[in-house]
Amino acid sequence: MATINLTVNKKKYEVDADPQMPLLWVIRDFIGLTGTKYGCGIAQCGACTVHVGDAAVRSCTIPVESVRDQQITTIEGISKDGEHPVQRAWEEIDVPQCGYCQSGQIMAAVALLKSNSKPTDEDINESMTNICRCGTYNRIKKAIKLASENG
Amino acid sequence: MNEQITKLNRRDFIKISAFTGGGLVLGFNVLSSCSPERGDGVIHDLNAFVKIDTNGMVTLMNPNPEIGQGVKTSLPMLVAEELDVDWKDVKVEQAGLDTEKYKRQVAGGSGSVRESWESFREAGATARQLLINAAAAEWSVSPNTCYTERGMVVHKATGKKIGYGQLVEKAATMEVPTDVNIKPIQSFAIIGKRIPNVDNRAIVTGQYKYGIDTKREGMRYATLVRPPAFGQTLKSFDDAEAKKQPGVEQVIRIDNKIAVLGRSTWEVMQGAKKIQAEWEDGESMESTADYQRNFKEVLSRRPTETPQRKDGDVQRAFSGGAKVFEAMYEAPFLAHNTMEPMNFFAHVRPDGAELYGPIQTPEGTRTRVAKLLDMPEGKVTVMMTRMGGGFGRRLMSDFVEEAVLVSNAAGVPVNLIWSREDDMGGGYYRPMCTYQYKAAVDTDNKLIAWQHHSVGVTGNSARAGSFPAGAVPNLQVNAHEYKSPVTTAPWRGPIHNFIAFSEQSFIDEIAHAIAKDPVAFRLEVLEQAKQHPIGKVEYDPDRFAGVIKKVAEMAGWGTSKGANVYQGIAAQYSFNSYVAQVAELVKQDDGKLKIKKIYCAVDCGIVVNKSGAENVVEGGIIDGIGHAMYPELTLTKGKPDQVNFNTYHMIQMREVPEIEIQFIESDINPTGLGEPGLPPAGPAVANAAFAATGVRLRAQPFIKSGIFA
Repeated sequence: MATINLTVNKKKYEVDADPQMPLLWVIRDFIGLTGTKYGCGIAQCGACTVHVGDAAVRSCTIPVESVRDQQITTIEGISKDGEHPVQRAWEEIDVPQCGYCQSGQIMAAVALLKSNSKPTDEDINESMTNICRCGTYNRIKKAIKLASENG
Repeated sequence: MNEQITKLNRRDFIKISAFTGGGLVLGFNVLSSCSPERGDGVIHDLNAFVKIDTNGMVTLMNPNPEIGQGVKTSLPMLVAEELDVDWKDVKVEQAGLDTEKYKRQVAGGSGSVRESWESFREAGATARQLLINAAAAEWSVSPNTCYTERGMVVHKATGKKIGYGQLVEKAATMEVPTDVNIKPIQSFAIIGKRIPNVDNRAIVTGQYKYGIDTKREGMRYATLVRPPAFGQTLKSFDDAEAKKQPGVEQVIRIDNKIAVLGRSTWEVMQGAKKIQAEWEDGESMESTADYQRNFKEVLSRRPTETPQRKDGDVQRAFSGGAKVFEAMYEAPFLAHNTMEPMNFFAHVRPDGAELYGPIQTPEGTRTRVAKLLDMPEGKVTVMMTRMGGGFGRRLMSDFVEEAVLVSNAAGVPVNLIWSREDDMGGGYYRPMCTYQYKAAVDTDNKLIAWQHHSVGVTGNSARAGSFPAGAVPNLQVNAHEYKSPVTTAPWRGPIHNFIAFSEQSFIDEIAHAIAKDPVAFRLEVLEQAKQHPIGKVEYDPDRFAGVIKKVAEMAGWGTSKGANVYQGIAAQYSFNSYVAQVAELVKQDDGKLKIKKIYCAVDCGIVVNKSGAENVVEGGIIDGIGHAMYPELTLTKGKPDQVNFNTYHMIQMREVPEIEIQFIESDINPTGLGEPGLPPAGPAVANAAFAATGVRLRAQPFIKSGIFA
């Protein structure tokens, strides 16, 4: 156990946790932000995607100690009430089916658009490797393009 | 008044809260979909589905479990249509299990809209009539002289108007009308429109609380150590190391499993890994190769079971048939792999139990839990959360029962969470099966005989009425159930998800062998069913042919689509809906195939929510392609070889083709839609692959054939 200082969504937290505990579980079970989801625990599905700085990372395999003092952003932190262009596009295209993977998909899409504001289909295919079991992939692609136009 | 109510047999579903006027909404408002825009008025219940507040905001209850199929949006649309309100004034709340108020609170069999089509509209119409009656009483006029207009009652002669919000208090105290009018479909204002998922805002902001997100005062996280292989039993275990894991508080044996409880999910999962358990093998510890060999052995013998269907005499037809064809198709076990792993919150107290979480079958679950706890059903409450996928897995309640047993044994509320490895490795699966076919055409190349002989792990019976049954004079269906300790369950489009592949591939094989166009041959067989039906014909040959013709037209079937572009067709009737698909494949320079586009025509009667319908059909197609192409769940001595997504490949965006869907315009009552999009996708791809390469895919997953990029 160790006391670890974290900055999540611009708010500072001091958590008492095993330094090896993945960031995902600290965010969910200790900080109480449950928008970041557990899907596989081995960085394969992307449901747990958050931002460390501007980069999308899969928080289920990142030991919490490795992100001390870094800027962590979760789905709850990208806008106040869903007004981020990516979130708005998701609603406009009506992307979600079950919805469970979508916070991870949105976080991956936001990071993509930050580094590449006008991605091609190929760029989107390359960087969007999150699993959606319901198969909303084509709508996700459409929403990313819409956000790119509106962003 | 009670006398009055009991007469309303047909409307039992709306009887309960019709007279509870003035009661504020209690309970599960944490799941509400959006916040009211007009401030808080006093909410009155008009019936079990409709609440209106004194400011005119409408709350519609969704009684059915939402697994991503869209019923939390489409079912309230049915009520709103007849209530005659503006959709922007509507918010939707999930109702918990309440068998007094609601019927069939199930997500399964693509049945929610089919079963609710009339009763939900009647609920809306009844509430609307109550509001009309209240306005008429207010104005001292006859209700017949009034009508409604989007949340207002209007008096025809004078044009006087009054909003529902001003009427609801009075309406809630009035007698429930027994005879209400339902709108003709031509005047639908909400049904048939594109209405976005009501939980979108909560989902895209990460605010929606799925079952796995449940956290309560005093609650412990729990996970279970399970037998690593099917058929094993727990002999002994050592929990000394597990108990040293910080955060772990209790370790309890629960029958054949070991529960680890503690303060966080990760810590209990770490604790579970540190349990040293010894397991004893059962009698049957088979590997995938054993199943394959044993299935073929069963199929090499004459069927011994009573046929599920027998028309004419197949044996005689085969001996007299001009041309006889045979083929065998193989399917692996598949995991459901909902993105939200199995989990459930349970709080068992001496005086009752609270269950809260993702379940497709709350009613059956309550019955089983009450029995497990030896408690009256009335003491057990069940609240359903929106589910991170179902696909049939959450028809089972094993994980709920586990949570109940753990809470009961530990004496605390628990959120029991399965790891992905538990979820994928612990069953239940789409049954592994092998289907063998034999068919004959006469000298005129007319299909005269069809034999289906199949073997599969329990749960994989054939569908005796499936196409081309009804069109062929000699037809026999035999299915053998193979006993196995592997737990199986319905998996999106049960049986259809594989029988569509085997039948639609085999019919394609025959068409090619007799040099007939695959579309024309299917239409010809359907014409046989129409002109000379044999036995029971479950499908309507005209509607079936309708989607095939439609998709052929959409895809430009039979016209040149350019060099290296190949098409294949498949169609399946399932859950009373008709779906036909054309897969378009491209042969790359290296000779490998890539799926470029899927065209899809759907006849599901009236489409309730255009956006939701397209979404779920598109998802079904991607699901169908994904599972036909990539994963398989194999076993070594009863132990799953794949327990996470690194070895079990789920389709990803880069593998998904373009998809174009059209719905046949219809005024027929809606039929199933959650599942029917899936079955034709795999065979359409397989048939296109044959057209491109001459290689006939007879086993899933297709990727193993080596012909795909």
